[in-house]
Amino acid sequence: MSQSVIEFQRVTKSYFRDEQEVPVLRNFSLSIPSGKFLAVMGPSGSGKTTILNLIAGLDRPTQGTVHAAGIEVSRQRESDLARWRARHIGFVFQFYNLIPVLTAAENVELPLLLSPLTKRERVKHVQAALGLVGLSDRIHHYPRQLSGGQEQRVGIARAIVSDPTILLADEPTGNLDRDAAQAVMVLLSRLHLELNKTIVMVTHDPRAAEYAQEILHLDKGKVT
Amino acid sequence: MTLATLIVRNARRHRLRVVLTACGIATVILAFNLIVTTVRAWYAGVEASVPNRLITRHAASLSIHLPLAYRDRIASISGVTGVTYANWFGGVYREAKGFFPQFAVDPASFLDLHQELVVTDDERKSFLGDRRGCVIGRRLADLYGWKIGDVIALKGTLYPGDWEFVVRGIYRGADATADETWMLLRWDYMNERRRQFDPDRADTVGWYVVRIADPGLAGMVSRSLDSEFANSAAETRTETEQAFQASFVAMSGAIISALKLLAIVLNGITLLVLANTLVMTVRERTREYAVLRALGFRSSHLTALVTGEALLIALFGSMLGIALTMPANRLYAALVSATLGNFFQRMTLSPSTLILSASITLCLAVCASAIPITRILRSRVANDLRHVG
Ligand SMILES: Nc1ncnc2c1ncn2[C@@H]1O[C@H](COP(=O)(O)OP(=O)(O)OP(=O)(O)O)[C@@H](O)[C@H]1O
Ligand SMILES: [Mg+2]
Repeated sequence: MSQSVIEFQRVTKSYFRDEQEVPVLRNFSLSIPSGKFLAVMGPSGSGKTTILNLIAGLDRPTQGTVHAAGIEVSRQRESDLARWRARHIGFVFQFYNLIPVLTAAENVELPLLLSPLTKRERVKHVQAALGLVGLSDRIHHYPRQLSGGQEQRVGIARAIVSDPTILLADEPTGNLDRDAAQAVMVLLSRLHLELNKTIVMVTHDPRAAEYAQEILHLDKGKVT
Repeated sequence: MTLATLIVRNARRHRLRVVLTACGIATVILAFNLIVTTVRAWYAGVEASVPNRLITRHAASLSIHLPLAYRDRIASISGVTGVTYANWFGGVYREAKGFFPQFAVDPASFLDLHQELVVTDDERKSFLGDRRGCVIGRRLADLYGWKIGDVIALKGTLYPGDWEFVVRGIYRGADATADETWMLLRWDYMNERRRQFDPDRADTVGWYVVRIADPGLAGMVSRSLDSEFANSAAETRTETEQAFQASFVAMSGAIISALKLLAIVLNGITLLVLANTLVMTVRERTREYAVLRALGFRSSHLTALVTGEALLIALFGSMLGIALTMPANRLYAALVSATLGNFFQRMTLSPSTLILSASITLCLAVCASAIPITRILRSRVANDLRHVG
């Protein structure tokens, strides 16, 4: 069994709305070994997105600790977290979240601007990533010139271009039709199988979850 | 691609909004430049003064004249190397519309002491040879199309009656600060006619212009000159020409202060217009900035993105404003010199004014981006990403 790359230790996460405490995760522990492809399922509001945000350091636990990719995420300064995120975390969003004024290639290049790579090296990485997702012929297209499935594949290329330790995907197929969803899932499982990426994917779609090695069922902040 | 690519693309996203914002900034720049040019033209008179000249006038008021007999007594004071005198003539050309400074002077000594007013030897000779002659500045001549030999008819105000003078010379300024809008007429001619209608005031002069050997002695010479006439019927007050002219400028100081205030207020508009555009723009892109932060972009990157866009818009507005200012200033200067004439004779746009206006605008752009930047950095990435957009 390989070492865990993500570790939740008795994490409690609550939001406060009008002085009312809204608990989302309660005493939640989870250990994800390196190279695992985990699907997280559960009803709306069960805290799935919250888990991803805690891993990426976009949110902080109310109690407990979160370790990921070698650091204690819950205790870092904002600027250190940003640097760490640039190196170790790749994000795939349900609504793709591409920058509309940048072409496919430029969107994919964005995370590399934070790396020490030269211009030439960046172009190479971008081409490789877009090749991997099968969009070598769409390099200069703007997001509005792409289909939803193609946009999501650009989103995946952007998430993996800097070769992050962990890939986080929040309902990556939630907005796609069946064929496009399948293409995205094939892609993610290839990343898992061929590149040995650790992937945490939130999904509502049982067909998508089938591609994962393991499924975590979440309800009201508890594993079921 | 670099961050700059993203800045430029972002700025071009809402073209109409950016163009309108830039037009707002350009309008401010235009108004600012015209105001500053006006204020500078006003002060130009002070800069034009020569450090080795003193002005002696009546201690109580400039409107009370001094006896002509003081001339020789002033000349004999040590440190004084030349004396001349002048009266404010105050004539009106063409029904009060055309106003320009006219001085009744002693021709030879006045031209000697004012070397910055350059006339040819022939012009000087014919001025000295014609009691009804006058010498006018080049700008004044251009303004009214006067040539040598033309007759200028003025209606007297301080010295009543109809006056006619023949242009005997057109002087030019030896340097850029010399005033080229004066009309010099002969004091002896004026005095002769005055003797008939106002004999009591004959043989008096408005002020003396005193040349001194060394500007460093201005204080000392002024004091000994004033003490010479202390306890006499007409006590004097002597000061440097610079101070004398500054006191004229100060009379209108309130207006100038108001103009300066206006120039500052105008820049407030730039700040508001820019801040408004930026806040709107940044709010629309809340999600994009959250995505960038999720990808690992830091506060400094986002600050650069927003500030860069602000600077780009400000630069565009500044260039537009400067492009508008050039022709507008020409029109404005023509208008002003046609109506207000010579108070604002050097209404030339200086590059430093343009640079000043653009630099202020760029600084304001940095300030204006502070508000949207704080908003971005304060908002929680997790919340911004949650919003379905
Ligand atoms: N900033 C916040 N303030 C208050 N409550 C919040 C905040 N963010 C999330 N919540 C609440 O926390 C709970 C968990 O949210 P989360 O987004 O993790 O759910 P989810 O499982 O991803 O749901 P979905 O499937 O709808 O995306 C929800 O009840 C939500 O309303
Ligand atoms: Mg969610």
